[in-house]
Amino acid sequence: MDTLISIIVSKYNYWIYICLMMIGLYAMIVKNNLVKKIIGMNILQTSIILFYVSIGAKKGATLPIITHGHNGESHAVHAVDFINPLPHVLMLTAIVVAVATLGVALALALRVYSQYQTLEEDEIYSQIEMSRKK
Amino acid sequence: MSQHFPALIIVIPLFSALMVTVAGWFNKRLCFPISLLSLAAVLYSSIGLLMQVLSRQVVQYRLGGWPPPFGIVYEVDYLNSVVLVLVTAVALINLIATRISVVEDFPDKLGPFYTLYLLFVTGLSGIVVTGDAFNLYVLLEISSLTGYALIGMGKEHAPLASLHYVFMGTIGASFYLLGIGYLYLVTGSLNMVDIAGILPKLYGSKVVLIAFIICMTGLFIKMALFPFHSWLPNAYADSPPGVVGLIAPLTTKVMVYVMLRITLYVFKPEFSFASADINTAFVWIAAFGIVVASVLALSERRLKRFLTYVLIAEVGYMVGGLWLANRAGITGAILHIINDAAMTLCIFLAAGNILRQSRSDAFEDLKGLFRKMPFSMAAFVVAALSIIGVPPTCGFFSKWYLISGAIEAGQYVFVAALLFSSLVNVVLFFRIIEIGFFEPLDDHHHQAPEITRREAPMGMVISLVAVAVGLIVLGIFTRDIVTKIIQFAIPEGIT
Repeated sequence: MDTLISIIVSKYNYWIYICLMMIGLYAMIVKNNLVKKIIGMNILQTSIILFYVSIGAKKGATLPIITHGHNGESHAVHAVDFINPLPHVLMLTAIVVAVATLGVALALALRVYSQYQTLEEDEIYSQIEMSRKK
Repeated sequence: MSQHFPALIIVIPLFSALMVTVAGWFNKRLCFPISLLSLAAVLYSSIGLLMQVLSRQVVQYRLGGWPPPFGIVYEVDYLNSVVLVLVTAVALINLIATRISVVEDFPDKLGPFYTLYLLFVTGLSGIVVTGDAFNLYVLLEISSLTGYALIGMGKEHAPLASLHYVFMGTIGASFYLLGIGYLYLVTGSLNMVDIAGILPKLYGSKVVLIAFIICMTGLFIKMALFPFHSWLPNAYADSPPGVVGLIAPLTTKVMVYVMLRITLYVFKPEFSFASADINTAFVWIAAFGIVVASVLALSERRLKRFLTYVLIAEVGYMVGGLWLANRAGITGAILHIINDAAMTLCIFLAAGNILRQSRSDAFEDLKGLFRKMPFSMAAFVVAALSIIGVPPTCGFFSKWYLISGAIEAGQYVFVAALLFSSLVNVVLFFRIIEIGFFEPLDDHHHQAPEITRREAPMGMVISLVAVAVGLIVLGIFTRDIVTKIIQFAIPEGIT
């Protein structure tokens, strides 16, 4: 029991991202409303962004900005003292991608709404069935 | 100039896309020539790269002059140079072939259409040349996002199908990103060559195994391997001919290329093919996918929907070929990337011509087509023979390599699946040909109605026939393609 708790506590960032990812996937698979699915998709992408951001963090480390010492001399730089900035920079790109995906998805949802007058998937499918029978 | 080819392949279509947008505001007639010029320049650069690769092996281009593994490098070797030429050639041919139907389909949206078209090509050719795993993700999303928009421009249920494609595509890309995150976690690098150098010490690690599985799952969703195929038929069946001729041949094939790159060059074959049981499992999945897709194809009554299931079966061919894990199988898989892209382009262009002239692609509306549009149907027959696998068309040779690889590996299930799928293709394509050739037009009128020639416009027919001839030419030059390029694309150590 203790080991289980220590696994959960010490790796809590992974548990958070996994929970968020499952929430996102659940919403995308189960929800009937297209906008709810889009929200689920965004939660999924955000969970992966959180995962990346959390792996750059270090205990007791600070921002990766190298300051100059007095009289223009530079300090010795220890990598341990600074968090890893690379995953954070990568995630700037991933955030842009996520926003663009959200935009495309919402635009398509608008078109779907103007075509069927509803965003509920079962109603859309019954409309498609009706039009096939005619 | 020639040393900048790898960058030009991305830069030219990217900036032309902006130019097309601006030009579209002032004069819509400018959009097509700008796109044509830029894609021609890209094709020229990619052929130049292929020549450079043939003469002195790997071309490495450092963006911004930063050395790897810190900067992003574009690496062109035997494997991706040939895929690059394929991508740019298909994009250019489809652009020319569908010029008239695009003007008819999107009279007011020429600017946005060609902008998306060029950005899509940018994304795909970027995926092919990049040597950086994260850069690949970004370019993957560029091509996917433009692909969603292009498919969403279609008629009928296209927006809904496109939205489902967005959901599946995003899950796939997110899984790929997550897998790369795990790899970064243990290697601290994003450069593919660098990762490949660090990984062998870590092959026992569970994180590496999970990274591999998650990456593969993401790519399988993206390439529509059974059972992740459900988005593909709806998305492709309702999209207009100018779009489907671009997306159908290229998206799945480029994803198969990424799978080859990851399994053979990021993870080495010693890791990817370490367990014979896992290889067998993947081959079984591929074989099962081929059979299911073929059965689903049998149940379709519309030409384009039927072709989308053929496309899903072909993905199974390539995935199965890779996991046969021997030289003949992987040769077959790489050769099939080229051949399948050409065949798919040809068959979808022919289907587009048929759809344009007869306004319907239901099987019963195909009657008398051979007399109505002889050239388009001749090209259709060539493509159909190639998909079935009749020599001397190119489809025969890749299937031959795949089957001989499967026999060598002892995977007789895969052999059976390939033969079953060929048989289904024979049945279905010959039914279509029979309807088009022999069945009389409507019997409601007592005198036989006069059948008038209604061939598609000249430009569309000429490019279609050129692609059909290309299928036979590819078949004839198979030996050269295999001995000069593909055999060097397979890592040493695979026998």
